[in-house]
This record gives sequence, C-alpha cells and structure tokens, in this order.
Amino acid sequence: MALKKVRGNIERMFDKNLTDLVRGIRNSKENEAKYIAQCMEEIKQELRQENIAVKATAVAKLTYLQMLGYDISWAGFNIIEVMSSSKFTYKRIGYLASSQSFHTDTDLLMLTTNMIRKDLNSQNQYDAGVALSALACFISPDLARDLANDIMTLLSSTKPYLRKKAVLMMYKVFLRFPEALRPAFPRLKDKLEDMDCGVQSAAVNVVCELARKNPKNYLSLAPVFFKLMTSSTNNWMLIKIIKLFGALTPLEPRLGKKLIEPLTNLIHSTSAMSLLYECINTVIAVLISISSGMPNHSASIQLCVQKLRILIEDSDQNLKYLGLLAMSKILKTHPKSVQAHKDLIMICLDDKDESIRLRALDLLYGMVSKKNLMEIVKKLMVHMDKAEGTVYRDELLVKIIDICSQDNYHFITSFEWYVSVLVELARVEGMKHGPLLAHQMLDVAVRVKAIRPFAVGQMSLLLNNAHMFMQPSGGSNMANVLYAAAWICGEYANELEKPEETLFSMLTGKVHSLPGHIQAAYVQNIMKVLSIILSKGDIQQSIKVCKRVSDKLAQYVSSGDLEVQERASAALQLISYIHKELENGDADDICIQVAYLFNGELNPVAPKAQRKVQVPEGLDLDQWINEPLQSSSESEDENQSDDHSNFFNLGGFDKKEEEENISSTVEQVEENRKARLYEQENNPNYLKLNSSSDQTCDIPITSIDLPTSLNVSGFVSSDKYIKAKKEKKDKKKSKKKKKGNNHFEEEEEEEIAIEMVVNRDIGEMPDGAEDSDGAIDVQKDINDPHTALDIDLDVPEIERPPPVEEKKHKKKKKEKEKKKKSEKSKKLKKLDKSDQQLIEIKQGYEEALGICTPSKEIVQAEDLSFGKLAMDKYILLEYKIDPKNELSNSATVFFRLTNVGNNCLIKNIEIDVTNSTAIQFLDEKNEPLSWYKLNNNIQCGSLTEFDLSLRVENISIPNTLRGTLTYMAQNFQDDNFHQDKLDWRLSLAVSDMFLKAAPSVPLVELLCNGQLVYKSSIILSGTNFNQVINWFSTKLHLVLVERVGETASLYGSNASSEQLCLLVKSNLNNVSVEAKCTSQTLVNNLMNEIKSTYNL
Amino acid sequence: MIKAILVFNNYGKPRLSKFYQYFNEDMQQQIIKETFQLVSKRDDNVCNFLEGGSLIGGSDYKLIYRHYATLYFVFCVDSSESELGILDLIQVFVETLDKCFENVCELDLIFHVDKIHYILNELVMGGMVLETNMTEILSRIEEQNKLEKQEAGLAGAPSRAVSAMKNMNIPQQLKDMKLPDLPQAIKELKF
Repeated sequence: MALKKVRGNIERMFDKNLTDLVRGIRNSKENEAKYIAQCMEEIKQELRQENIAVKATAVAKLTYLQMLGYDISWAGFNIIEVMSSSKFTYKRIGYLASSQSFHTDTDLLMLTTNMIRKDLNSQNQYDAGVALSALACFISPDLARDLANDIMTLLSSTKPYLRKKAVLMMYKVFLRFPEALRPAFPRLKDKLEDMDCGVQSAAVNVVCELARKNPKNYLSLAPVFFKLMTSSTNNWMLIKIIKLFGALTPLEPRLGKKLIEPLTNLIHSTSAMSLLYECINTVIAVLISISSGMPNHSASIQLCVQKLRILIEDSDQNLKYLGLLAMSKILKTHPKSVQAHKDLIMICLDDKDESIRLRALDLLYGMVSKKNLMEIVKKLMVHMDKAEGTVYRDELLVKIIDICSQDNYHFITSFEWYVSVLVELARVEGMKHGPLLAHQMLDVAVRVKAIRPFAVGQMSLLLNNAHMFMQPSGGSNMANVLYAAAWICGEYANELEKPEETLFSMLTGKVHSLPGHIQAAYVQNIMKVLSIILSKGDIQQSIKVCKRVSDKLAQYVSSGDLEVQERASAALQLISYIHKELENGDADDICIQVAYLFNGELNPVAPKAQRKVQVPEGLDLDQWINEPLQSSSESEDENQSDDHSNFFNLGGFDKKEEEENISSTVEQVEENRKARLYEQENNPNYLKLNSSSDQTCDIPITSIDLPTSLNVSGFVSSDKYIKAKKEKKDKKKSKKKKKGNNHFEEEEEEEIAIEMVVNRDIGEMPDGAEDSDGAIDVQKDINDPHTALDIDLDVPEIERPPPVEEKKHKKKKKEKEKKKKSEKSKKLKKLDKSDQQLIEIKQGYEEALGICTPSKEIVQAEDLSFGKLAMDKYILLEYKIDPKNELSNSATVFFRLTNVGNNCLIKNIEIDVTNSTAIQFLDEKNEPLSWYKLNNNIQCGSLTEFDLSLRVENISIPNTLRGTLTYMAQNFQDDNFHQDKLDWRLSLAVSDMFLKAAPSVPLVELLCNGQLVYKSSIILSGTNFNQVINWFSTKLHLVLVERVGETASLYGSNASSEQLCLLVKSNLNNVSVEAKCTSQTLVNNLMNEIKSTYNL
Repeated sequence: MIKAILVFNNYGKPRLSKFYQYFNEDMQQQIIKETFQLVSKRDDNVCNFLEGGSLIGGSDYKLIYRHYATLYFVFCVDSSESELGILDLIQVFVETLDKCFENVCELDLIFHVDKIHYILNELVMGGMVLETNMTEILSRIEEQNKLEKQEAGLAGAPSRAVSAMKNMNIPQQLKDMKLPDLPQAIKELKF
C-alpha cells in the first residue's frame, strides 16, 4: 500500500501540470490543435485516477483550455468531485472550473446543492467565499430556491467578508427566485447601515441594481440613502447612490429639490472626476424632473454646462466623451444652454475618435437652426464620404434625416435642397437604411405639394438609373428607394415630363431581381402612369403604348412573388380590355373610366388611425359571425385546408389561424384578402420595409468604388442650394452695406420664411377620434428577470408566500390539491353561501400548508420600530433587539440616540453596563464589555445609531440589564456645558428572542409529532380578537400561520430551537389563548409576559 | 453590472476571459475576437469607451478598456456602472496584479491564469463590484495563499521540488526524456 502511494507520488511528479501545458502549447505553435488533442487524452486519463491531486491538476488544465475555446462540459462530474474536496487548494480549483463552464441550465447543478450548502456553512470563511464567487456565476432557479435561506443566514455572519459576498449573492438569488425578495428585503435594508463599509457598499450596489429596473418600489429608502450620501466618503459607493438618485428623482420631484444642494456642494468640492461627473448627471436628471417650479435652477444648469464644457475641453478623451454624453441629456430640456457651446461641438465633430464624433452627432440635433441647417448637413455629407466604417456612415445618414425632419421639417427652408440631399444619400453605396430614406421621400412628397414636380423629376431619374441599386454588392438595401420613386412617379404622374420614358423604365431592366414589394409597387404605378398617358387622348399612341406595356407586363406575371403575380395578372386583363375598347374606337369613354381608377388625393394617415376607428353601433366583434364548425366535419376540413395550404404556401400564412376563421367559403376569404392587400398597397403609410433587409445585414459589406457610374446627369446636387444661398447672402451683404444694419435682420428673416407649404398635420384620423390619448404600448420584456422583481415592498403581501421546500413535496401536494379541489367543487354546489365562503378561505390556507405562512406578519415583525429606553431634556435613548439565529444565545441590540435638546451639541457619549453572567454585552473579541464610548457627536435634531451584541445565558427566561448613559451637552445659546447621566434598564423578555421565522414543517405535523408537550392557557377578557392577533404578531414576534374567521394559530421559535404554538380563539366576550411548547420554562414565562403586558 | 471581463494581448490571444452571462465556448471566442478587432484598431490617444459591439449587449452596453504595454483589459458593462469608476477599477486590478507578481508582465498572466482568476474574484463577484480597496483585496489574497501553503505542508514538498526543477532552465530534451525506468528502479529499492 505504502509502496503504491510512493509510486503514485513519484509518477505524479512527471505528469504535466498547468505550467507544462502552457509551455507545451507555446512550444508547438505549428501544431497547436494536435498537441491540445493529445493533452486532452492525457487529462481524460488523469481524471480516471483515484488521486484527488491528479484530478485537480487535470481540472486546472481544463480551465485553461476552456479559455482557448475548448468545450469542457463533459468533465462536469470531475469538476464537482474536485469542488467537494475538503482541501481548500483543490476546492478552489474546482470552483473556478465550475464558474467558467457551468451555467444556469447545466443539469449537473442539482448534484451540487448539498455540497455548496456545506461549504457555505463551513468554519473556514474562504470555503464559503469561493463557493459564493462561483455560485454567483451559475446559480439556477433550483439552487436559488434551495440555498436562499443559507445565504440569508450569511447576511448576519460575524465576518464582514462573508456578509459582503452574501449581500451581492442575494441579488443573483432574487433574479432566479423572485419570491425571496420580500422576506430578505428587511435584512438587506439593514445592511445599508452595516458597520463594515464594504458590506454597506455591496448593499448599495444590490439595491441600485434592483431599483434601476423598478425604481418606484425603492422610493421609501431615499432617506437612508440621503443619509449615506451626506455622511459617506467612499467614492465608489457615493457614485452608486448618486446614480440611484438619478433613477428615483423622476418619480419623486420633492426628492430632487432636496438633492440639488448637497449635489452642487459635491460638484464644487470633490476632486474625483468620476464623482463629479455622476453628480452632474444626477443634477441634470433632477432638473429634468422638476423643470418647472424651481426659480433658481437656471443657476444649477449653468453650473452643469460650465463644468461639462471644462470636461469637453479637457485633453483627456475620456472626459471629452463623457462631457458630450451628459450634454446631450441637457439638450432635451434646456437646448438654449447647450446651443451656446455650438462652437465646441462642431470641433468635436472633426475629432479623430469615432466614439466622440458619434456623441457630437447626437448633440447636433439641437444645434440646427434655419440658418445653419444646410451648412451642417453639408459637413455631415463630407464626413460620410470620408468615413470608412459603415456603422458610422449609417449613423450619419440617420442623423441627417433626424436633423432635417425634426419638428415636421421646421428648419428646412428649401425642400428642393432636401430632396436632392435625399437623392444624394440614396446614391451612397452599401448603406442599410434604404427603408428610412424611402419613407422620407414619400413623406416629403405627400406633405409638400409644391415640391411634387421637382420630386417627380428626380424620382423618374432614379427609376431610369435603377441599375445603380441592383448591383450585387450585397448588404445594401437601398433598392427600397425605388419603391418610393415608383410610388411618387405614379401618384403624381401628371407632373411627369416624359411619362412614356418613366413607364418603360419601370418595365424594362432587371426588374425581376428587385424585392417583391418593390415589384408590386412598380406594377401598381405602371397602371397609374398608363392612365395619365391615356388621358392625353392620342389614340394611336395609346394603342401602341398599351401593346408594349402588355408585352412587358408578362415578366411580372411570372414573378416568384405572389402579390406581384396577382397584381400583374389583374393589370394585364385590364390593359387588354382597354386595348380592345380603344381599337373599337370607344376611346374617350374608356380613358375617363380608367382615370377614375386612380382618382382622388391620398393624404397622410395618422399612425394611430387604425386603432381609433370606432366600432359601429350594434357590431360585436367578439361574437361569432358563423358558429365554428362541429368536429364531425373534420375530414372535410382537412381536405379543404390542404388545398388551402398549397395555395397559401407562398404567402406564408398561418394555416391554423386561417382554419379557425374560415367559416364560409374559401373564395369569400380570398376576395376579402385581395381587397385588403389592395388597400394596403395603395396606402402610402403602409410600407413593407424590412422584408429584404433582415437577411442581408450580416453579410460583410465591401464598398466598390465606382466614382463615375454614380454621377448621373440630371441629378441636382445639393451643393447648388448652398451656393445659391450664399450668393443671396452676398448680395444681401452688399445691400446691407448700402442700407445699414437695422434692416438686415428683418430681410434675412423674410428670405428664410418658408417658401413652401408643408402639411404638418399628424395625419388623418377617423371621425370623432382624437390623438391625445395615452395609447402608448409599454412593452416589457418578458424574459427580463426584473419584471418578476417588480414587487412593492412597502405593501405587505396578501397572497400566499413562496414555497421554500423540496420539489418532490410540491409535486405530490399539487396532485393532492387537484384531487381535493375537484372533490370540493362537487361539494360546493350543495352548500349555501356562507359555508362556501368559509371553505374558500380554508382552501386558500390548505394550499399554503407547510409553507412559510402569510408574510404580512413577517414584514411587520421585521420592521420593528425602536422602543424607548430612557430620555431627558437633551437626549433620547431607544433600542431594538434582533436575535441572531446562528448563535443560539445572542442578539444584536440596536441603539438609537436622538438629540432632542434645544440647540445644543451632544458629545462624549459613553455607556456603562452592569454586566452579569446571566446577561452581558460583548465586544468584538467576544469578551464582556462594560463600557462603550461613542466616537461621534450628535448635532441638534439629528440622531446616531450603533449596535452591540448581547449574550444571554438562558433565553427561555426574562432578563434585565442595567446601565447608565453619560454625555456632555454643549448649549449653543449660552455656550454652557452640561454633563449628565441617564440610567436605563433594558428588560429582555422571552419573546424578544423569538426568531420571526416561519415553521420549517407544517404546523399540523409539528403538533402531531409529540414534541410540544408542555401546555398552558390563558383567557383575556375586555379585548377583541384582532387586537390580540396584532399584539402577538408585532410585540411578541410571533408568526401568524393560519387564520380562519375568529380562530388563529401562531408560531414562535428561538435560537435554542425551542418551538411554541399558540391557538387563539374568540369567544363571546373574551379571547382564549392556548399554548403548546417544547419547553416548560419558555411557555410559563411567555404566559407571564402576556399577563403582565396585558395588564398594562 | 459587468457582463464580461476580457484580457488579451496585442495579437488578440486571450489571457483571461470571465463571462458573467452564459455564452457557449464558440460564442465566447467570437466575442473575444470581435472585441479585439474593435479595440485594437483604436489609437492609444482616443477615449477608452466604445459602443456598438454587436455580440455582447446592445445599446445599453459599453466596452471600457485600458491598454497596458502588450495587454488589453476590457470590461463590458451596462449603464448602471460609472464609466470612470470602471476605469479606476481596471487600474486597481492591474495594480493588484503588479503587487502580487512584482512587476507583472504578460508572462505572469500566461502561466498563472488561475491565480489571476482568484485575484479577480476578490474584486468582482458575479458581475458586481465586490471590493475596490487594494489593501483589503491584497490581505484577502494573502490569507488564502497562506491557507494553500499550510495545506501543501509536507505532502506538497515533492511536487514543489519537481515544479522548482521544471522551472529551472533545463534543456527541453532532458525533460522530454522517457522516464519509465526511473520509477521501476525505485520500486526495486525495497522499503
């Protein structure tokens, strides 16, 4: 045996360790993959060995290989083995590997529950530490549920290192197991005022994360944070708190007003840039939320903008970037303050750093005016030519359109210029914002009547040069502008100079390579243009055109796109009819009739119009028009739907849905569908934009430099307008010289006044509907775990609390419940109303059996207020006791000292305690503590808190502790010092040591298993049931388990694992209390306590 | 929240990768590659913030990085983190490494990636900042190292000797020598 061991040791010496592996990989550069494959084999061998050291080395090597991209999930078992080693060295290796390769959905995690629990409760804090670090990376809902209590216990560990980690861990638990939030929250709140600043910081961190997604639930914590903000010096924590306030202020403007002053102070005083920046950010958020009603907030805004300017001017690019970022937030509400710094922002637009240029672009939005719009856009277009990255180019395009179209084209003085800008943008290669451009073109043409002739001219040029957009360069979806071009040319065909030419440009060329929806628009608009040609009345010409069109339309009929096919066939039929009529010599009549087809002007339709259409009276949309078919005709249905699906395959319709709805004939539906599509296609606001873009965006874009092909004669360059404007200006200037200064301003204004009328309405709405409603769809991401954490923590929970128990239990119970319920529902029918109600209540609790009870009471109990201990005219001493459940006979006593004196400062505060063996305070080394000195002073009207740990020899009996408080009060009015002493007496009742925890097993089981042998009872007269319950749960720290009518059961337990059940019943004129307990002393003392407090 | 922490060298070779959100190994490699491409093409005198990584995050996420000699330290964070705060954190991380390894260089990261992970675990836990105070971090690391040494004790002596020997500059041939004879010989010594 010994020999074997020695041999093992020696052989092991020559195994590869991690360093050897790394060295080996580095030495075999040519054949890395092969070398690693060989190592993997070795590792597999090593994992098969018994020796844990060998396994650990193997797992360490796997962790390294994982970083290089090798899947190591196959070794999950071995990783768990190493994790479970009792040696810290190996444990750490195992946990590291698990944190790198396990994830929430790893099946093996269910094996780890008990092991992790053991580590969490380990004597060695670093065992728990590594376990927590790794668990934070892979915690699953099951682990979160099973370990929530263990982690919660660590929150009150004596070691700050563990408290800190446990606090952070709780956030991960909440994400996976939202039900834990409510019970854990009071403790988390306590940690905000922990003695250790690392723990404090961690708690702030967690609350910030929680509050970021659901801020309204954390408003009540604002005072605590406010206190922390004004007292703490930890910058990291301050930043978090200040960020949190930024999220809270929009919900509570009063908070904002209170914040302004301390924040401005911080801005002035701090030297840390990070803190300064976050302060500015929050001040901005505050100012946005209280933008009205603050008389002097312009000073704060000025301060922010000034400080930001300093940041932007700084040579440090990081500060420059952040300055611009914050500036854009101010821009939204206080554009004027930002506009003053236009010069600076324009400089940033030329920065070599793309991140900074993008931020400067954001700001441009607010910088434009009628005067400088053309200039700015010109500058952006130049940038676009120079830019290499398509991301930046796309961003530029969006920005140009944003800037120009803001406020319904408020800043555009020449729409001809704008249309030519759009056309120029369309000619930039490899962009992915074709749909956006198309939409802009349509919008401008529809809204600005006067621009139509010009727009039509430009669009027909685009159509003539459609080949530009059909280059197979990939990535681009600029072809979408052809959609707009076709529509504009068709709709305003009477403005076309050469309708025939445009008509044939839509018929020839490689139209079949265009996306379907564009082809469809082509077909429709071919008809429109044709009708215009017909209306000109030249019969011979018309016949010729008709013939040519019908020849060419044939290629559309064979299109792969269903809609194009459909429209083209219809159009073809129509044309052949027209053709026939024309040849019959009935020209005038048919031309008029064709013109009717496209009569009337199309107006913009408001985005919400469809939703606003009112349901006519007497129409019930939920009612069946025809009753759904019976299942007897299923076979028929199938046949029908088969044909149906073949027909619809191209259109990609959802068969099932259709099937349900089809109640009359298929033909009828088909007709309706045609009508609908027709309507949609004619509706300019109905753009099917993203059909082609989706597939193509991830193809790498290689822009082909074709400088000549893109310069097509006839396109108006947007530069022209700038020049024209300049010329005008120059003229003006010369005029100005003659006329003098006064007139200049007026004249320029006149010149700039909009030349064209823009239809700036929101769009058409159905009669009687208004746009003003708040029909905004707030879409919440269902996958976001934070939606489940949207719990209002100030309102006690009424529903039953979460089950904290094993899964198996739950399943069984559910089955049982189902059975019970079905039985009950049968019974229910027979019972009268009052009985039913009772049963309903009971049902509610039966579901809750064995679970941790309505936490309504828990919340109340946890949130205990301080009780008065002693008071004089200067100082008020209050206390609160919180039993520690991991140490059976200890509790934490929280003291609160309030300065209630009149304008005085209290200092030199000391507490002297008369300790006894029965009850004593302890210091950090667990030695008895006889005096405690407070280091801080208490300002007038403020308070301070501190806590001491208390040890009680026997927690089943009431104890008393006496002490004195000495202090010095400095009176500011007469500057006298007053020294005084205050005696106090802290009585610790047995109920003070109750843990406020729910029973771990169902109460029924507890009562049955014979542990609760000691009984006692008492009758309380002159009170009512509700008072008693309320008193028991708040003052005596008992947990309400079940309540049916005027009967309730309560539960209490202390850290010495003594348990107690109370049954409270309401009789005619008194309330009876029966108690059962595991300890005679405890039950007697509790009854005495009830008696004595009751008599009070 | 921090979504990922990546350290790679000037050629994009990963030296440390820590993801606080699950991605499979292939995806992780792609993210490292993409991040490297984004970061490496930037001059040293531009800002340390970067938006627009497509694989990780989205509009809410930013890459915050620092470039030290041959290594890039990249943190991918969401908007709840302070940009300058994270830059400071990277500095703390690197300074801690420097203290632990005495003039840290890329080779330290290459050969002791496990130790780097342990150090990082004292700074960041599950994507949340755990500690920023360097003395506290160092004392925690020190205590854990002590624990490891204690455990190694006597039992660890032979393997320590071997690793010491391995770390000497013995020519590669010697190390790759076939060694089956050696244990055999020892076996015959009879204890």
